[in-house]
Amino acid sequence: MTLTTAAVTTAHTLPPPFTSPTSPPLDLRVQGAESLLYKTTLLTPSLPCALKYRPPKAYRHATLDRRLTKARLLAEARVLVRCRRDGVTVPGVLGADWETGWIALEWVEGRTVREVLDGVYHVREHRDAQSAEEKEGKEGIEGIEKQLLGLMRKVGVAVGKLHSVGVCHGDLTTSNLMLRPRKKKRTTHPGHDAAEAAEAAEADIAMEALRDAQAQEPEPEQELDGDVVLIDFGLANQTVQDEDKAVDLYVLERAFGSTHPQAEHLFQEVLNAYGENYKAGQTVLRKLDQVRMRGRKKSMLG
Amino acid sequence: MVIQTIYLPHLPANPIHIFLFENVKNAAFLREQLMAGNMEFEYTFLDSTMILSLHHVLAAMFRAVNDLKHNRIRTKNVHSEAVFCLSPNNNIAESFRRFGLSGATESMLAIKVGGLDPTTPLDQEAEKVKRHILASVDGSPLDSLDRIDDFADLDKIRKVYKLQKGSKSNRTGGQSAQVNTGNGDEEREEMEAVILGLMALRGA
Repeated sequence: MTLTTAAVTTAHTLPPPFTSPTSPPLDLRVQGAESLLYKTTLLTPSLPCALKYRPPKAYRHATLDRRLTKARLLAEARVLVRCRRDGVTVPGVLGADWETGWIALEWVEGRTVREVLDGVYHVREHRDAQSAEEKEGKEGIEGIEKQLLGLMRKVGVAVGKLHSVGVCHGDLTTSNLMLRPRKKKRTTHPGHDAAEAAEAAEADIAMEALRDAQAQEPEPEQELDGDVVLIDFGLANQTVQDEDKAVDLYVLERAFGSTHPQAEHLFQEVLNAYGENYKAGQTVLRKLDQVRMRGRKKSMLG
Repeated sequence: MVIQTIYLPHLPANPIHIFLFENVKNAAFLREQLMAGNMEFEYTFLDSTMILSLHHVLAAMFRAVNDLKHNRIRTKNVHSEAVFCLSPNNNIAESFRRFGLSGATESMLAIKVGGLDPTTPLDQEAEKVKRHILASVDGSPLDSLDRIDDFADLDKIRKVYKLQKGSKSNRTGGQSAQVNTGNGDEEREEMEAVILGLMALRGA
């Protein structure tokens, strides 16, 4: 299932406990074919979360519908927990209810890789159209290109890591890859007793000053800096087959080719990083050549 | 303020009253009250060495209250259910043993779910709970919950949830060059993310 942004015409009723009028708002962000994604909070008012709800489908038999919802929701949750345990950068699972059909995930800050690329290429086109003097700072197109290669590298590493723990994403597109900015230093301080609290307050002021200084001096490379986080595991499966992994890469390659033709040449860097960081990746890359020849639908041939 | 009342988002009708104690001397007595089913002592009592963070305990409270509302709790009441909700598996007795009080408990959390009895006004209820818990626990109540993290015994917690030490360090090879791998905070965050997932999936 690919989640696509769509105008919302029908109001959906969420199951309890997401029905209280005095609770934090539920902000519908994405509507997919199978699920609705809301931004809200969970556990504390300061912990943002992505609430993914799979509404019942009226056209299915009720019993079958519940079984399918449960199976798919749990498959997604299990893959996410497993990935997280094994060190793949994915959002954590904060809560779930497979009977009513919701799963709450850690909210991932930042933009999708698709948005990042859109931003870069939009700016570039814009800049080309205008006079060359419009260039921002020292960073020329080559500088951006270099940063983009760095981003591609991170994508390749992340996908390699995912495959190395035996998971295939199933819908690997640039919209399902997030670039999450690096977290700033923790601002909380342990204020144990009165004396320490006073000390901490002083330290806090110092921190504040430091943060202000940093805020005034934005790093030019911040834009493309951060961690690549994989999202939307609704179609993921746990597999050992190189075929499935190659198809993951193929789907991603096609996604790059179709939404960012200008970025197509960068994709090789994804594969380079993938092959270098994932030991068994070489056989997958060989398999990718075969998949390219015939497309991803194995069964449709022959 | 020794009583911390937390309103879980989406569950505004049930304020969660939390107390953190150290130097607890009568954990064995409190445990006996639970075992005897003394209604006066219907609390979620937790050994704070088994609690990683505030999120950790709140996730258990959230699931327990939500399961109560859906009429599917597996233990006696919502307070015992919260202890069970910390567990990564379906063994109820084991979860009480691991997360509940033992004779050796020195620091503990006492938690009461409010709003269960609609006839008692919430503020009166909070006062009553506070009075009772301070009279019942022989220990030093702490002013804030900030120190929950400090009591956590990471090795014990890792063992119960079957986590490997420093699982963070093998994270996405190339990226880790810039990531601060030796950072304790970061390891705790990773542990928390996995543990909440394991708790959410219990019984699936």
